[in-house]
Amino acid sequence: MTTASATDRVTLVRAIATQHLAERGPLMPVLHGVMEELGHIAREDVEAVADVLNLSVAEVHGVVSFYTDFRTEPPPAHAVALCRGEACQSVGAERLYDETRARAADLGEGVEVHEVFCLGNCALGPSGTLDGRLHGRLSRERLDTLTERWR
Amino acid sequence: MSAPRVFVPADAAAVSVDADEVAAAFDAAGMAVVRNGSRGMLWLEPLVEVEADAGRVGFANVTPEQVGDLVQVVARGSQSDLLDHPGCIGIVDDHPWLTSQRRVSFARVGIVDPASVSDYEAHGGWAGLRRALSLTPAAVVQEVTDSGLRGRGGAGFPAGIKWQTVHDAVSDLKFVACNFDEGDSGTFADRMVVEGDPFTLVEGMTIAAHAVGASEGYVYVRSEYPHAIAALRRAIDAAYTHGYLGADILGSGLSFDLHVRVGAGAYICGEESSMLESLEGRRGEVRAKPPIPALKGLWGRPTAVNNVLTLCAVPMILSSTVDGGPGWQRYAELGTGRSRGTQVFQLAGNVQQGGIVELPFGVSLRELVEEYGGGTLSGRPVRAAQVGGPLGAYVPATGFDVAMDYEALAEAGAMLGHGGIVVFDDTVDMARMARFAMEFCSIESCGKCTPCRVGAVRGVETLDRIIAGHDVTTDLVLLDDLCETMTKGSLCAMGGLTPMPVQSAIRHFPEDFEGAAV
Repeated sequence: MTTASATDRVTLVRAIATQHLAERGPLMPVLHGVMEELGHIAREDVEAVADVLNLSVAEVHGVVSFYTDFRTEPPPAHAVALCRGEACQSVGAERLYDETRARAADLGEGVEVHEVFCLGNCALGPSGTLDGRLHGRLSRERLDTLTERWR
Repeated sequence: MSAPRVFVPADAAAVSVDADEVAAAFDAAGMAVVRNGSRGMLWLEPLVEVEADAGRVGFANVTPEQVGDLVQVVARGSQSDLLDHPGCIGIVDDHPWLTSQRRVSFARVGIVDPASVSDYEAHGGWAGLRRALSLTPAAVVQEVTDSGLRGRGGAGFPAGIKWQTVHDAVSDLKFVACNFDEGDSGTFADRMVVEGDPFTLVEGMTIAAHAVGASEGYVYVRSEYPHAIAALRRAIDAAYTHGYLGADILGSGLSFDLHVRVGAGAYICGEESSMLESLEGRRGEVRAKPPIPALKGLWGRPTAVNNVLTLCAVPMILSSTVDGGPGWQRYAELGTGRSRGTQVFQLAGNVQQGGIVELPFGVSLRELVEEYGGGTLSGRPVRAAQVGGPLGAYVPATGFDVAMDYEALAEAGAMLGHGGIVVFDDTVDMARMARFAMEFCSIESCGKCTPCRVGAVRGVETLDRIIAGHDVTTDLVLLDDLCETMTKGSLCAMGGLTPMPVQSAIRHFPEDFEGAAV
């Protein structure tokens, strides 16, 4: 992920969009590219993408707002995503999720806890990701151990 | 003899319990490590396998700390020492959990090196494609039809009929699209087959392209599956390098390009028309049918849309069997009634032995949960299982004798869906699960049709009142009416099937809906 000044940012976003211009239906790959490079999709990114792909700003904004993955605010210092799917619920995921949200600040500074529905690890729940890395058989204790380096 | 190879799964489930660290420890000790897929015995992960004369010897739940001891035993070179080592489960191929299964779609998963084209070929890969390319497209479609293969995504539509429609459609441009947006809780078979044996999907899609006359293919994979995305991209690159994709495939004149597209966290994009919208770069809103995607799919062109497991069954169907018989016939011989072939069941949730059980259709739910699953992880009595994902029915333990095939489940008021089975023990509160079904729908609805968008929100509110215990009788009538509206009035299965878990919970567990205040 790169941090960029405003003009650099627009240049970078336009370059990402241009890279995918020859593909069919390039918008999703472009938005993923912006997320990967810059961590979130800002208002000015939407305008730049729309301009390069010859779409309306409303159309691009509509897509950004539809999908959970496309965030419009800078990412947190650390992200915990806990699965709330039925399989994980059957082994106590709801309690773990509520409890972890309530004590997010105890896990470290700038820790964000959010829900996710199914990580495909349904036989080893409760499942979750810590800064994108998948973990199974999560518990309060295991979360404490895994987040130790954040504190 | 050279040092034996060590297999450490790179499957996401194994990685979730530290398989990467285990692999790194073997690597640091100078061992030759192969990152295979998982055998599907997920409660044993990380399941490490060491090559020996008698076969691959398995070690369950290996931690990085145990690797040093294992390396020493391997270095001694004695097979009996290996078999006597703590944590050894014997020769993995002889494990009863595996030997009693009938692995067709998962035949190579966990066995081959998913990164190796030649290993794939050595295990029967590309034989289906080679044979398919020697047949006319119409003949390929016919064999798929004759195999009885039905869509494994959930709807169970005959694959051959869908392909026939695309084959017959006149267009200078057609597509094959693979629905790899496996979002149902309790399902992970698509993920595991792609992580463990990705070339099978590439081969299945190339055969599909030849059969229907498509020149481009898209795999729509959910962003929650980074390991699968990496495995698939690597396989596609290798397939291009070796002439299995691109122009003039294997000198047949067939040209087919395959692209991977990643979703962005929307469950609804597993619905095929939403998936097409998303692939085209729009909000994942459901399309009204007709026109069907087989005639007007991606960018308005004829498109064969199939699930991962459907496409992964195709290479076997098109290949000749060991004894020279046709694969489609062998496939059709498996199963029961109109449910032909095998089904990949996925045991999940509160279950002792979770994982992949591939068997011909018709096995009972009881055998799956009690024999293969070994009961609950918590050790408490089983109370219910949800079959077929978040839109599937809750089946009470007393109803577990139902046969697992499309028709028998439908008769029991349930559905097979994508073959996921989520087990719950007796502490589950079914009113809470019913509420969750509505909550999930309210979060994941695309918003296009009113019964789903508004109905789900009203459903949550009504269930909240029922759980609180005010005037439960009236609210249950209201909820039933709401469910009927959603079932009959929704554009797609999201709103249309959300009532299934809700109403099955009420039907089988009425005591949980009597209200806390009563």
